[in-house]
Amino acid sequence: MINKTDNNRAWLLVVPVVVLVAFSAIIPLMTVVNYSVQDIFDPQTRIFVGTEWFREALLDERLHGALGRQVLFSLMVLLIEVPLGIAIALCLPRRGPWVSFCLILLALPMLVPFNVVGTIWQIFARADIGLGGWLMTELGFDYNYTASPLDAWLTVLVMDVWHWTSLIVLLCYAGLLSIPGAYYQAAQIDGASRWAIFRYIQLPKLTNVLVIGVLLRFMDSFMIYAEPFVLTGGGPGNATTFLSQQLTTLAVGQFDLGPAAAFSLIYFLIILLICWLFYTAITHLSTR
Amino acid sequence: MAEIHLKNIAHSYRENPQSPADYALKPCDYFWQDGGAYALLGPSGCGKSTLLNIISGLLQPSEGQILLDGRDVTRSSIQDRNIAQVFQFPVIYDSMTVYDNLAFPLRNRGVEATAVKQRVREVAEMLDLGDILHSRARGLSPDAKQTISLGRALVRNDVAAILFDEPLTVIDPHLKFLLRRKLKQVHERHQLTLIYVTHDQSEALTFADQVVVMNEGQILQVGSPQELFEKPAHSFVGHFIGSPGMNFFDCELVDGHALIGSQKLRIHHGGCAQPAERTQIGIRPEFLRLSDSAGDHSLPVMVESVQDLGNYQIASGQLEGRPVKIKLDEEQAVGTGPAHLHFAPEHTRIYLDDWLCEAKP
Amino acid sequence: MQESGFKKRYILLGLYLLAVMLPLYWLLNMSFKTNQEILSGLTFFPQTFTLDNYRLIFTDAAWYSGYINSIIYVVMNTAISLAVALPAAYAFSRYRFLGDRHLFFWLLSNRMAPPAVFLLPFVQLYSSVGLFDTHLAVALAHCLFNVPLAVWILEGFMSGVPKEIDETAYLDGYTWPRFFTTIFMPLIKTGIGVTAFFCFMFSWIELLLARTLTTVEAKPIAAIMTRTVSASGIDWGVLAAAGVLTIIPGALVIWFVRKHIAKGFALGRL
Repeated sequence: MINKTDNNRAWLLVVPVVVLVAFSAIIPLMTVVNYSVQDIFDPQTRIFVGTEWFREALLDERLHGALGRQVLFSLMVLLIEVPLGIAIALCLPRRGPWVSFCLILLALPMLVPFNVVGTIWQIFARADIGLGGWLMTELGFDYNYTASPLDAWLTVLVMDVWHWTSLIVLLCYAGLLSIPGAYYQAAQIDGASRWAIFRYIQLPKLTNVLVIGVLLRFMDSFMIYAEPFVLTGGGPGNATTFLSQQLTTLAVGQFDLGPAAAFSLIYFLIILLICWLFYTAITHLSTR
Repeated sequence: MAEIHLKNIAHSYRENPQSPADYALKPCDYFWQDGGAYALLGPSGCGKSTLLNIISGLLQPSEGQILLDGRDVTRSSIQDRNIAQVFQFPVIYDSMTVYDNLAFPLRNRGVEATAVKQRVREVAEMLDLGDILHSRARGLSPDAKQTISLGRALVRNDVAAILFDEPLTVIDPHLKFLLRRKLKQVHERHQLTLIYVTHDQSEALTFADQVVVMNEGQILQVGSPQELFEKPAHSFVGHFIGSPGMNFFDCELVDGHALIGSQKLRIHHGGCAQPAERTQIGIRPEFLRLSDSAGDHSLPVMVESVQDLGNYQIASGQLEGRPVKIKLDEEQAVGTGPAHLHFAPEHTRIYLDDWLCEAKP
Repeated sequence: MQESGFKKRYILLGLYLLAVMLPLYWLLNMSFKTNQEILSGLTFFPQTFTLDNYRLIFTDAAWYSGYINSIIYVVMNTAISLAVALPAAYAFSRYRFLGDRHLFFWLLSNRMAPPAVFLLPFVQLYSSVGLFDTHLAVALAHCLFNVPLAVWILEGFMSGVPKEIDETAYLDGYTWPRFFTTIFMPLIKTGIGVTAFFCFMFSWIELLLARTLTTVEAKPIAAIMTRTVSASGIDWGVLAAAGVLTIIPGALVIWFVRKHIAKGFALGRL
């Protein structure tokens, strides 16, 4: 860790970022806050309603449903992608001609736009024209993501795993590469098992990159929008309607600005709270 | 503890070594005695790490066998050899406490808890680690970490030998001394076989009973620090050990004399007059003397500079156009200019093609 | 340990890579098929190989301008993000100043803001300053999540550079801007590359903001792809071809940073 010096002129270096982000964040956020406490009929007619929209949003069954699905989805995403990502990173060769090849293939899904991911899986998972759906049917599963909520759910989950596991893989792989060879040699001399090597040498070195990986994956999975929207439009029913889609339906579709704004703030606060808890827990654990 | 026999060991990192230059370790046959303290000394890239890795089992030699007390372990895994190693950069398990670090090798081998506890306490006491036994290993200083690495090697009582790969590289100079003394104490008390790799001659000479000098994949000499100093077996050993290194002069040997340029030095060279591509005489700066008058074993020399280094002085000069260094007492007053250089005859060595030739009496 | 685990490791890796590539292959495969072939049944290779789907995209300005629009705002965003994040990250990595930690967390909190939350305010904001339906609007909107991320990543890399380097440079009479551009930036070029990669990635794949902030002039390719859905059904071939074309810029970027992926993804935090 670097010993930082006190210097308030460093603010000058930060000013551009603050101005830029403030422009994109504070003004819109103020707008949202403004909406959340008013009932707006038209630009001229506004009534201050206090916390009414918040109470409404908090009691909204649809919000509860979407929030429940969202938490479950993000949790499953992390539970699958993190262990799978670590496992694949451990499988990757450390050197040799294949390294670049594997890394390029792995990185490819990450740069596919969200809606194209939806499109790819929309096609791939169809039983009539898609290889994946066809395979499932051939294997004897009654698979149809447009009709069965469970199938739709699993498809969105697989889609996210396909799209983002690579991020965890690449972060972990870089972490693994940084472990000097002497550590493995010492572990062999100490008679460590494969599991002990993972637990006491590899995993501790991965904590830092995993914190970043888990935070990014949590934030982004909690904001998932385009993939289920393209795949089934949030259906069947509202099985794959997550928070972002619920919010856009409310704001853009029904133009209920007040409730949508209250919803937005609650949504934002939930993410902030979870990230903050996670981050504090991790830093607390690692400095103990 | 065990005796290690390297039987015709050689190693090349290439598939089909053709010339000797292809070998990282040229063929050698060598015994490491049980309970000896050895230093493996040489410049970087001389093959000492290769040799070390072959002993520890990290590397399979391309030729030859390794015998531990007569048991062939050439193909045995690292675990089966019971050899411990301390690396250049301290390897510790960051997430564990010092206690768990020390217990790790024992737990991996299924030693029961009470025995682990007792053994760890013994080792911690021996290395003065008692105070920090229950703190996290992560935040410790490099010397404490290296002591823990040493502790992990000592904690097993079945180790055949402990190998050290330049273990003091990252240690502060004033702590190097302390750590080295700790090591020496451990060796004296437990009579372990220790093999210590280094490129620092003072480390090697103070630590070891026997020093193995290597260069370009070849073991050049094995001997006590005194032997290496007085009778370097190879001109490289002469250059590498001692400060400043040995003086060498190209010469011709003609009936009782060494011809250095146009000068003649009386020398005993019985049996060393056979033809060689390069004949040299070598003498340590410590065994040269300057005086105003000529003598039986002296040659004229031009002294160019004198450097006072505290408790001794180094005079540099030219002998027949060849550089020469002379180590002098601090009291002796020396000026620059022409003088006579006296060779101590019992310490004047003859080298044929870089190898020492022992003159017959 | 190395030898015994060798086979199993590579089998698992191979299977995973195969699973990753299959959907992409299928998209590529479909993009070379005619709609009749696609709808008439499953074929593993195009039976009647056609480039018509691509021809349609490359000859219709409404289609290919989508790609150009996307690339313009993504490049703008990456450049803006790096330009403002570099000095800020330097300040965070080197100095303590009033409110630094709160500021850092506030910045990061913006990375956590769901784009859906800001959808409507953004439309109003950019309309009121006359930026609606411009590339700059999308680029600025994407700064909301990319700038905090860029500061975060760069700060990690910069903290890995010893402070003595700065001090030596100042003693040698360098001014801060000259030191920063000629000495410091080359030292963290892997970090800059990886940060650019992340900015490019998150801006390129984002759809919600890009689609909402544009109508005609700066419409991204992702939004134009909805055109393939018409009353007569979905034009699968063109949809697949358009999808393939959205992957190509990403693939090129990966190709450029491939040497930095392995180590750079540690993000300087080891």
